[in-house]
Amino acid sequence: MSTVTAAAPRARLRWALSDAYVITRRDVQHWANQPVAFAVGLLFPVLMVLMFGYVFGGAMVVPGGGSYREFLLPGLFALTMAFGLEVTMISVATDAARGVTDRFRSLPMHPAAVVVGRSAADMLNAALGLAVMLGCGLLVGWEPHRGALRALAAVALLLLLRWALVWVGVYLGLLAKGPESIVTVQILVWPVGFLSSTFVDPSTMPGWLGALAEWNPLSATVAACRELFGNPGFGGTSFAAEHAVELALAWPALLVAVFLPLSVARFRKLSS
Amino acid sequence: MSPPAVLAEELSKSFRTVQALDRFDLAVPAGTVCGLLGPNGAGKTTAVRILTTLLRADAGRAAVAGFDVAREPTRVRASIGLVGQHAAVDEALTGRQNLEMFGRLHHLGRRPARSRASELLERFGLADAAGRAVSTYSGGMRRRLDLAAGLILAPAVLFLDEPTTGLDPAARLDVWQAVRRLVADGTTVLLTTQYLDEADQLASRVCVVAGGHVVAEGTPQQLKARLGADRVEAVVRRTEDLGTASALVGGAAAAEPEVDVATRRVRVPARSGVATLAAVLEALGRSGVEVEDVGLRRPTLDEVFVSLTGRPAQVAA
Ligand SMILES: Nc1ncnc2c1ncn2[C@@H]1O[C@H](COP(=O)(O)OP(=O)(O)OP(=O)(O)O)[C@@H](O)[C@H]1O
Ligand SMILES: [Mg+2]
Repeated sequence: MSTVTAAAPRARLRWALSDAYVITRRDVQHWANQPVAFAVGLLFPVLMVLMFGYVFGGAMVVPGGGSYREFLLPGLFALTMAFGLEVTMISVATDAARGVTDRFRSLPMHPAAVVVGRSAADMLNAALGLAVMLGCGLLVGWEPHRGALRALAAVALLLLLRWALVWVGVYLGLLAKGPESIVTVQILVWPVGFLSSTFVDPSTMPGWLGALAEWNPLSATVAACRELFGNPGFGGTSFAAEHAVELALAWPALLVAVFLPLSVARFRKLSS
Repeated sequence: MSPPAVLAEELSKSFRTVQALDRFDLAVPAGTVCGLLGPNGAGKTTAVRILTTLLRADAGRAAVAGFDVAREPTRVRASIGLVGQHAAVDEALTGRQNLEMFGRLHHLGRRPARSRASELLERFGLADAAGRAVSTYSGGMRRRLDLAAGLILAPAVLFLDEPTTGLDPAARLDVWQAVRRLVADGTTVLLTTQYLDEADQLASRVCVVAGGHVVAEGTPQQLKARLGADRVEAVVRRTEDLGTASALVGGAAAAEPEVDVATRRVRVPARSGVATLAAVLEALGRSGVEVEDVGLRRPTLDEVFVSLTGRPAQVAA
């Protein structure tokens, strides 16, 4: 009756890709079915640009001089990526609570298809969100100054951070008892988001807090983006400031190294 | 004889301190319906989850459609349909999108998945709601969609975990009809239920589960027979006649009668079946005691359930 019996490796790979595609497409269908929620998700970061860029912007002093919005935007790009963690976590926790995950596990699917499909959908969402943010940034006077190649490298670092957070989100989503537990994570994500170089220069914070902010994985991506876009506010003499790009690669790599195996183990544990 | 479609041998499973399954044995011959009957927490869902590869047993062995659930889970999954205790559908998709997605994940092509979805939506009375998000469905509609999702491929073995809980009587009949149709086409069904009439209606064999293992097994008739023979029951109109009636009924049946004052009922084993009934009727008729009801009663599955598990079963609304 089914086509999976004793499939050759080639056919297995084809089904794995097809299964992952179906899972990814499911999210696209969600967006199409709930266009308002989808649009709000994309436009919330734009609201942050307006709030922080114009409401607080006048009072902010940029380290080394320059426009606050030029300083702010790379920070908001990275913060948007970080908030994406909640998107992944809610999706995973909702599927688990509704029994959809179990339904998938009872089907003759490739075992990796669900997470591969999940990460593809989240990356698609992140890329769209980032495109909206970049467009919005250009409208409010932000721009990259160091050429298209470096700008693309910055975009790649932003997406790398988001991809690393997919695995954190999958793990936390599986750990959660239901989508309600998301509140706990939101409470944690916000301080991590603000205790960084996103909005202000860490050197203006009290010593220990500044150090914490400077070593925040989010700050690494923010600093690397400021450097690659040529926006004001990068530099400094600390190790973290001098090695921003390296750290923006190392932090996500570390997150993936820790949370990908944890997620896989957690998936396995569902059946123990 | 072909090997059983579902086989469990000494399955054990515990969660921390709870022993959910304790050397659970089961064999369901291909093409039959087996009902797992048991009170809350008996281990029915745990057994179904192990048999459908969602959960690994601590000990024991299980095979479904001839494949070992631990060693060949993918082959098991390709042979089964599962309708879990709680509806497992995507709330943010429409009914049709759900079925098409599950069809694709069963590796149907795009077009076959679409036509199968239409067929199932029609059959489960969801055609009108097919284009609406499932979050707008009633509980019964969700349940029916969930059933449809478990039937995409007309599986060799179908697991139904309390499939009609929360359905209205008409929808329950629809589900029973759908199950009978599948069985006629050769599907083996393992059904868990707390509704005794459901087991009576659908199952050719019933296994009563309590405390993680099967405590009794047989056809519904055999299980009822275990409780003893048929009985004659008479209900008198006036309570003061109970003494006379009891003596008459006991004499006619040549057995010790039981008297229930609250319901004005006299009950006696019908050793000779209909002949006992006739004797009781004659004795009561001659005496002039006013009688509301006399009849031959067979023990119900409910009584079987209580006597085996020490707990009353739920009765369908
Ligand atoms: N994931 C779990 N973690 C801890 N305990 C569990 C888990 N799943 C089941 N149990 C326990 O195992 C026992 C059997 O549960 P199971 O769900 O199999 O019962 P059931 O017969 O399906 O009951 P019901 O009729 O209420 O659905 C119960 O005591 C339950 O509390
Ligand atoms: Mg159950």
